[in-house]
Amino acid sequence: MLHTVNKSPFERNALESCLKHARKGDAVLLIEDGVYGAMKGTAFTPKVAAALRDVAVYALQPDIEARGIQNRVLDGVKLVDYGGFVDLATQHNPVQSWL
Amino acid sequence: MAEETMQEGGVRKKFMYVNRKAPYGTIYALESLEVVLIGAAFEQDVSLAFLDDGVYELTMGQNTKGVEMKNFSPTYRALEDYDVSKLYVEKESLAVRGLAEADLMVPVQVVDAAEMARLMAEQDVVMSF
Amino acid sequence: MKFSILVNEGPYTHQAADTAYQFTRAALEKGHEIFRVFFYHDGVHNGTRLTVPPQDERNIVKRWSELAEKYALDMVVCIAAAQRRGVMDANEAKRHGLGADNIAPGFRISGLGQLIEAGVQADRLVTFGD
Repeated sequence: MLHTVNKSPFERNALESCLKHARKGDAVLLIEDGVYGAMKGTAFTPKVAAALRDVAVYALQPDIEARGIQNRVLDGVKLVDYGGFVDLATQHNPVQSWL
Repeated sequence: MAEETMQEGGVRKKFMYVNRKAPYGTIYALESLEVVLIGAAFEQDVSLAFLDDGVYELTMGQNTKGVEMKNFSPTYRALEDYDVSKLYVEKESLAVRGLAEADLMVPVQVVDAAEMARLMAEQDVVMSF
Repeated sequence: MKFSILVNEGPYTHQAADTAYQFTRAALEKGHEIFRVFFYHDGVHNGTRLTVPPQDERNIVKRWSELAEKYALDMVVCIAAAQRRGVMDANEAKRHGLGADNIAPGFRISGLGQLIEAGVQADRLVTFGD
């Protein structure tokens, strides 16, 4: 299963809820404002770091760069472009958007 | 992911409508319900999930007279007539909102987050609005 | 692989319409099939031709129309959502006695059944919204 999250974890609980429901082997892709959840050194970072033990966490590179946080990405979070997003969607089913 | 099975002339898939938003403040709950009603005619294997603020959609006693908006909550009671009877409500979401199953207007299956996650994972199509 | 795309937000306010476009284009460039792009909720505003963004900004509506033309995309605007929000094709405008229509090239107006069908027919349904 692929989960996408497009909200900052400081604005809404989408990422928190997503991580609570992601199962071993799932992929979580952070897009749009969701990429703030990929940063290291935030109050939310420990939750993402813990999730990385069971799920693969990705972040959309164009969104990371647009927000100027390319040097603050947590180790273990993999960056993908839009084509990589498409690849993740082909590799996982279903795709659940945590809007 | 569930196996697709062929039904008289068409594919039957597992469709889950995920409701995570409260009613009235935004239109998502209402327009999501409209999809469920239309979708019922397609004879798919349909289930509805209510978690996070989505559980507020099912609370009893909604009265929209003062806000002059359509009270669409009775439609949840009509879902059974559309053969939509799998309504899953997340236990943890109710608890943190101070709600219990008895506060909901329709019969539902209360499931914990792990069970909800399992249900989501077995779907073919997850619709969220 | 066959994808269907659901777009729940309008252009400019929320990035969802941009991400949906980028995903759709990337999928097409990789040789995947897009069974349908369905516009729902405020997403119907992606289909109005009466937008004139500043010249140095992306033209979201035109961009969809051009993608549709290039790849013969099926782009469907939900009729119920569109009527609520004032997106009309010529037939709908006439039927409701309205003076003008505003649907952009490449878009068509149809019912919610088209969204269900998009979910049934595609291998994946990917949703973009708020």
